[in-house]
Amino acid sequence: MLGYLAKRLGYYVVMLLVAVGLSYALASTSLNPRANFEGRSPRPSPASVTRQLDDLGVNPDTPLADRFGTWVGHLAHGNLGQTINNTPVTDEFKNRVLISLRLLVVGTILGTVCGILLGAWTATRQYKFSDRAAAGLSFLVMSIPTFVLALFATIFATGLNTWTGHQIINFTGQSTPGLSGGFFTHLGDSLVHLILPTLTIGLMLIASYSRYQRNTMLDVLGSDYLRTARAKGLPYRKALFKHGLRTALIPMSTFFAYGFLGLLTGATFTELIFGWHGMGEWLVNSINQNDVNSVVAYSLFAAVMVLIAGFLSDILHAALDPRVRHA
Amino acid sequence: MTAAPEAVLADQESGAAAGPGPAGRGRVILRRFLSNKGSVVGAIVVVLLFLLAFLGPVISKYSYTEVDFSALREAPSAQHWFGTDRIGHDEFALVVRGLQKSLLIGLLVAFFSTVLASIVGACAGYFGGWADRVSMFFVDLLLTLPSFLIIAIMSPLFKNSSWLIFVVLLAVFGWMITARVVRSMTLSLKNQEFVRAAKFMGVHPMRIIVRHILPNVASFLIIDATVAVGGAVIAEASLSYFGFGVQPPDVSLGTLISDGTSAATTYPWLFWFSAVMLVVFVLAVNLMGDGLRDALDPTSDRVSRKQRRIAARQAAERRAKAANGATTTPNTTAGSPA
Repeated sequence: MLGYLAKRLGYYVVMLLVAVGLSYALASTSLNPRANFEGRSPRPSPASVTRQLDDLGVNPDTPLADRFGTWVGHLAHGNLGQTINNTPVTDEFKNRVLISLRLLVVGTILGTVCGILLGAWTATRQYKFSDRAAAGLSFLVMSIPTFVLALFATIFATGLNTWTGHQIINFTGQSTPGLSGGFFTHLGDSLVHLILPTLTIGLMLIASYSRYQRNTMLDVLGSDYLRTARAKGLPYRKALFKHGLRTALIPMSTFFAYGFLGLLTGATFTELIFGWHGMGEWLVNSINQNDVNSVVAYSLFAAVMVLIAGFLSDILHAALDPRVRHA
Repeated sequence: MTAAPEAVLADQESGAAAGPGPAGRGRVILRRFLSNKGSVVGAIVVVLLFLLAFLGPVISKYSYTEVDFSALREAPSAQHWFGTDRIGHDEFALVVRGLQKSLLIGLLVAFFSTVLASIVGACAGYFGGWADRVSMFFVDLLLTLPSFLIIAIMSPLFKNSSWLIFVVLLAVFGWMITARVVRSMTLSLKNQEFVRAAKFMGVHPMRIIVRHILPNVASFLIIDATVAVGGAVIAEASLSYFGFGVQPPDVSLGTLISDGTSAATTYPWLFWFSAVMLVVFVLAVNLMGDGLRDALDPTSDRVSRKQRRIAARQAAERRAKAANGATTTPNTTAGSPA
């Protein structure tokens, strides 16, 4: 198992390097940092613009390979370069990454667990009312783009707040600015702000995971070994969870790896709509400001997240499937 | 030279695909599709929305660029069916135009990405070796970076270009998972007798792919392309919403939703018409895809139920008409028993 995982990890590291190199090349060729400086007032002289571009390592006149070499050299020292406003990219990264991870991790865990349970449950109740209702709702949610789902959530919360006359659900930003109070007041405030974005992400995941889990579970439910397990006297619930769900989760691990791309994009949209100062907002601002180094930092974040998800799904696959483990 | 034996094989293939019974494959599929209420409704809604998108500009009193200064942010009325926006554009004309753009983009992207996916997937699976390794490396690489990110980064390059560039970008970064599925289907088809026979008869590999591999993954491709239309419309709208897609003065559902968001509670018509239109279209396409999956893919579990129902109905008909039992449907037992 360790050999298999080591091989996968090696592949992911290669993938990460190529992906980051590719995004560096893309960002460097398509963004125009000079435009940012030339748009400032008073307009700086061309010579000073060139000097600043050189300092940032984003001068389009320097060959791309040289720029990339310098950037990699900095990266080796844990330095991601300077933003276009001459602040360290690493600082910005640290400020924002936890905000994004909070949503991503809480949303993923909630969505995956609920989705799998819902899928497994509806599979045991095939064609009954609950199964049909879950199928219909999942279908509807899957047809709503994430950003529209997030917008619906904000409109719903605004309506609720006006209707009751109280700010029941605060949803702008990741916390209320200037809130006074102790640790628990702040914690409570953060949790309230988490509700809608997490629900948006969670619903999106529950809808797709439950459908998929239901299908894999149905395949398992009709299998001979589950009948054997029941025939030798195992209680239904035990047979279902120990023999059924475990096998039905194996295809899910692959689905999880692919689904994560959509999740990451969805979380970015959700953050933006709820006004969180996370990685998504940074990406959009950086592209609009032609900030090459920040865009590359976001790409690094995205690639690392996707590959971690891929690796987790490999671990899960190996843990669930002895054929992989002992191969 | 090779045409004759190949034609015989092809005949046998299509004969096998048609299954037993007098009804042709096309009619069986159509009947299965029509027996699913959801997919029929979906198909009707899709057709209606297409009609609206392309006939709407004709019946609309205003063009989407026209500005009516006497009506700013006016609620829907006989004059302006969907109301007007902040500077007096007719919302109906805008929504219809946006719908048209979104539908066109969705269709084109789904078509091109499916073609790309089937070529890459079938070649990778059929040739194996280096072709396989290189193309799967590209697939993995493109799956490492979200396509939203790549297209957003590249968007400044195409700020002033036609929306067709946007179609190309969405298609180029949206084919990977389909290609993987086509590849694995090709891997199992490759060892089947009819493919090997064609191969040993000296049929050109590309001809084998086009004549023998692709027709056998066609059902999957049709279903996937249908669902991909919905996916492409979502991708387009999302990118346009954040300013990385369709650029003003052109409009799409994404840009319209973006314009209407801040006024969603005060001037609801600016938000809801475009948002609901988007959701309804994607929902209808997904329903259609679901019905197609049931009709085309006899191994999915929902079909077995459907087929069982059809078989039961046919049995009833048989009894009623006292006809002989030649019309049993295949694969009744293939799915999982309930």
